[in-house]
Amino acid sequence: MSKITFVKHDGEELSYEADNGLSVMNIAVDNLVPGIDADCGGECNCATCHVYVDEKWWDKVGTTNSTEEAIMSLNPDRQTTSRLSCQIKMSDELDGLVINLPEFQY
Amino acid sequence: MSEVAEPRTSMVGVNPSNIPLEDYDVSQRELFRNDTMWQYFDRLRKEDPVHYCKDSEFGPYWSITKFEDIMKVEGDPDIFSSEPAITINDPLEEFDITMFIAMDEPTHGDQRRTVQGAVAPRNLANMEEFIREQVGTILDSLPVGETFDWVEKVSVELTTIMLATLFNFPMEQRHKLTYWSDVATATPGPDSLVESDTDRINILMRECVPAFMGLWQERAAAEPQFDLISMMAHAEETKDMATQRPMEFLGNLMLLIVGGNDTTRNSISGSVLFLNENPEQYKKLLDNHDLINTMVPEIIRFQTPLTHMRRTVTKDTTFGGKQMKEGDKVVMWYVSGNRDEESIEQPYDFIIDRERPRHHVSFGFGIHRCMGNRLAEMQLRIVWEEILKRFKKVELVGEPVRTNSNFVKGYTELPVRVHAI
Repeated sequence: MSKITFVKHDGEELSYEADNGLSVMNIAVDNLVPGIDADCGGECNCATCHVYVDEKWWDKVGTTNSTEEAIMSLNPDRQTTSRLSCQIKMSDELDGLVINLPEFQY
Repeated sequence: MSEVAEPRTSMVGVNPSNIPLEDYDVSQRELFRNDTMWQYFDRLRKEDPVHYCKDSEFGPYWSITKFEDIMKVEGDPDIFSSEPAITINDPLEEFDITMFIAMDEPTHGDQRRTVQGAVAPRNLANMEEFIREQVGTILDSLPVGETFDWVEKVSVELTTIMLATLFNFPMEQRHKLTYWSDVATATPGPDSLVESDTDRINILMRECVPAFMGLWQERAAAEPQFDLISMMAHAEETKDMATQRPMEFLGNLMLLIVGGNDTTRNSISGSVLFLNENPEQYKKLLDNHDLINTMVPEIIRFQTPLTHMRRTVTKDTTFGGKQMKEGDKVVMWYVSGNRDEESIEQPYDFIIDRERPRHHVSFGFGIHRCMGNRLAEMQLRIVWEEILKRFKKVELVGEPVRTNSNFVKGYTELPVRVHAI
């Protein structure tokens, strides 16, 4: 189990303990975190689970893959630490991860 | 081209299992107009999910019928190109009409980014109250207890006002938008709005393009505003389009007009039909208005307002065990993917409280996924919130008349009666 915190665009924090191996998107959907719709179900194909990784965690989370890049690049609100949360898997290394939820998706 | 089509064997009224699979042609419009396409797609999904039709009004084409396969094709735009067209019908050679939905990267992304903000959820929140007022006005004007056409009085009226708002188009002339949208998608014929594809382009070039050209020049000269024309007139990637590339200008206008018009209109009509066909679901909704949130995506799945999108193979490839050649047409039948029992439980049932209602293919996936998806959902949500405040029932009192098209799946008439609370 690792800890993960979602920070809503209005500043409210939602924290959960989650199993390693689950994607950040799965954790959000399981806990009904608002603004993570995940329409395609985790296939990196719809961009409705877009998140901003907290800067302190960016190096550990890692960068985007090419499919993810193609679909996120269409979004004018994309930021340097943008990821699709279905592509981030929880692990011991990410224990304590902080994820910011973009206003545009809310 | 439709006007020179050879007569072909019709599949209408024939038992699907009596036709050899190799003779299947699911592009026949009558199948959609009569709502009889389902069993053909059922058999294709089961027996030949990636199917080759060797001959049709639109030439040979591949059918992709499974949910997962549609997602794969959408996820591979290098092999499955959106150029030159995204419907089974090819564009007229003499009119090179282009739009970003029918372009690959990088042009598609450059142009899409300029208008995407107008329909992003953040901007929608600002529009919500205005839309709610408009919906209220329309619903309050309905003749309670009398029979009337829901399509005309509610679905068309509402989506037209919405479109005029998005374009900041003169509200008193808003019905032109609906007319142009209908012209753009009408199947040519003697009883149709357009006689031929050439007629279609002529009408649009003569009426629609000059009207928008005027608005474009006005917006380009003014400060940037938050409507689609102003956004395009000021963005680097699109600001020369109206003057330098008239066919691209027309194409993108049509994309935004049709994209925001037919689809939502038919989903609004469909919702009334589905709730009447499923009284237990209607009761569930009346008992718990919060179910609107999960009902809305279910309406969009169940309706599937566009039957398909098409791609074109860029190089020889193997897909689903079949050999596809460069230049082959590939038709992704959303209408079939949304009834795929391997991806959606009880796909033929309209269930307003599904666990994962947004797991449907109506918006497509990947880089061309519908950019107005959240706007469409918002419109449907507001419509039903306002209906439930006023009416205990929107009662269907006759048979719906369906659109004669293999692309737009919808209704031209839906006779109803509304009963006040």
